[in-house]
Amino acid sequence: MNTRAYDVVVIGSGAGGGAVASGLAPLARGGYRILVVEQGARLRDEEFTGKEAEMADALYEDGGGFLTADGAMTLAFGRVWGGSTVVYTGTSLVAPKRVIDGWRVPGLTHADVERRSRKFMDENGVHFLEPDLLNENNRLFVEGCEKAGFRAEQFPLNLRGCKGSSLCNLGCPNQAKQGTHRVQLPAALADGVEAVTRAEALRIDGTRVILRVSAPAPGEKGEPSEWAPGEYVVSAKVIVAAGGSIGTTALLLRSGLGPSLPRLGAGFTCHPAHILVAEHGRPITNDVGHPKSFFLDRAAEDGYVLETCMYFPFITAKNLTGFGAPHATLMRAFPRLQMILVLACDKAVPQNRISVDADGKAVVRYAFTKETVASLVKATRAAARIFFAAGALRVHAPSADPPLLERAEAGAIDARVSERHFRTGRISVSAAHLMGGCGMGSSAADSVTDSWGRVHGRPGLFVADSSLFPDSLEINPYLTVMAVADRAAERIREDAGALLGAPGSAR
Amino acid sequence: MLLDPVRATFRAIAATVVPEASALDDGGWGALEALVEKTLEPRPASVKRQLVLFIRTIEHLPRLRWGRGFSALTPDERTRFLSGLERAPSLLLRRGFWGLRTLVFLGYYARPEAAAAIGYRAEARGWEARRA
Repeated sequence: MNTRAYDVVVIGSGAGGGAVASGLAPLARGGYRILVVEQGARLRDEEFTGKEAEMADALYEDGGGFLTADGAMTLAFGRVWGGSTVVYTGTSLVAPKRVIDGWRVPGLTHADVERRSRKFMDENGVHFLEPDLLNENNRLFVEGCEKAGFRAEQFPLNLRGCKGSSLCNLGCPNQAKQGTHRVQLPAALADGVEAVTRAEALRIDGTRVILRVSAPAPGEKGEPSEWAPGEYVVSAKVIVAAGGSIGTTALLLRSGLGPSLPRLGAGFTCHPAHILVAEHGRPITNDVGHPKSFFLDRAAEDGYVLETCMYFPFITAKNLTGFGAPHATLMRAFPRLQMILVLACDKAVPQNRISVDADGKAVVRYAFTKETVASLVKATRAAARIFFAAGALRVHAPSADPPLLERAEAGAIDARVSERHFRTGRISVSAAHLMGGCGMGSSAADSVTDSWGRVHGRPGLFVADSSLFPDSLEINPYLTVMAVADRAAERIREDAGALLGAPGSAR
Repeated sequence: MLLDPVRATFRAIAATVVPEASALDDGGWGALEALVEKTLEPRPASVKRQLVLFIRTIEHLPRLRWGRGFSALTPDERTRFLSGLERAPSLLLRRGFWGLRTLVFLGYYARPEAAAAIGYRAEARGWEARRA
């Protein structure tokens, strides 16, 4: 077995791991050894081809097809250097005050989350997209919202030099999106933080992390690992788990922490989503331009958020209900399609949780509550109104049967779109905002960590990702992930003397 | 290859799920099936076995109603049978069909030829290419 010694090991390189690496860079400059571990590969710029199947394989866990235990929902999360910040659309929202207040985490204030979020917004070049770069898919959403009596808001985006490829979810081919792989991680590496990719954290054993480093498969994208293939025991005085809601929770469960942390795995939420599609009578610009420039926030009032979106042929096909001639007809209308993503703000409930199977693989049990289904249906009705108000000829709504609503039915949306047609296994539901599993709180009785991400009873073990959220965030989560991760980094920096001793002792 | 023992049924299902697939030549079918096989490759052996079993079940179940296997049904009969699976009371059957149709959509629409045929034109140069 190979051995290595570090002061701090950060497991994960996404929004959480990248923010921690950046926050700990001053320690690296001061002589501490800090390692970032990433299960996925580091892709070369020219490997971002925008080709749907090959990029999904290269960037997502299970190619984007990770399923909940009953197979009723697909969960998408990144497995690559930069984590999910490589595959999001760069939407940069600060957490709402009512949500952070509602979490009731002792020591966590909205003002602190906001301050840290704004720091990362500055760092990541967040701004509103210039009007001449907005496509018709987005303009029609704004127009439809206005006519239907809703107020669309523009997303702040973390882009530099966006060319409008529309390929954000397959990794930007122009390196415009300012994910951790473009901003925080390169800066941290320049300051002396080290990294190992293609390295899976198998378990944590006290102050040691057991890693398995793999070689690239033939033809696989990405650089080889920085370390030779094999198993490693890496000792560390501080370990930061930042592998995302599912990855971190599964890692801690595999490491035997379940019995001492009864809330480990609990509180999973994910913003279950449908992709809604409408056909216009003329081609619109949809597969060019940034795909997600506007949103409608009805989270507080109705438990849903609508976002503009544009997906690729396979993902679009998968998310349309049905098959055969009607499905194919809609697919052939691709240049005339407008799309809206509807997201439900689900709440943490006891039955929705993360566990591991006998092989240590993550298992996500998720049941749609009556309230979540009601939110999806309300969101679908609102989206249908917006589509028709924008001039669409017909709307595909998963929770309608048959799913295609013609313009003549625009007055009957409430009757046609209904909870009774929400039938799992028939309609496609997917989620990409995976949260909870290691929630923050005051003690092991109600949570896994304190408000700084420190695991209860384990002073050298931190969590720094979306698994910390004790309930749904109700917005796109990456900035809040960075904010809570920044808190973990600050705690480690401030306690460095006690946690790490003098620089150089890990060598 | 995983699909070898059930290839005829798989193609009959695929051509029902995406009618345009019936016009594919050998190269097109090869590309479609290669994408499906590649996706299934890292999946657990149990999942692969279940898929093959499910395709075999689809082949034989129609005998109860039509006296013929799925591959020998008319296009309308095939559609009616698969619609029954899609709306089955059992989540297991609905989920099985959903997974199978997802694989067919992947194999068919993730091919660049199919994407181009439906008018999908996204590319890295974005606006620059579209406004040229």
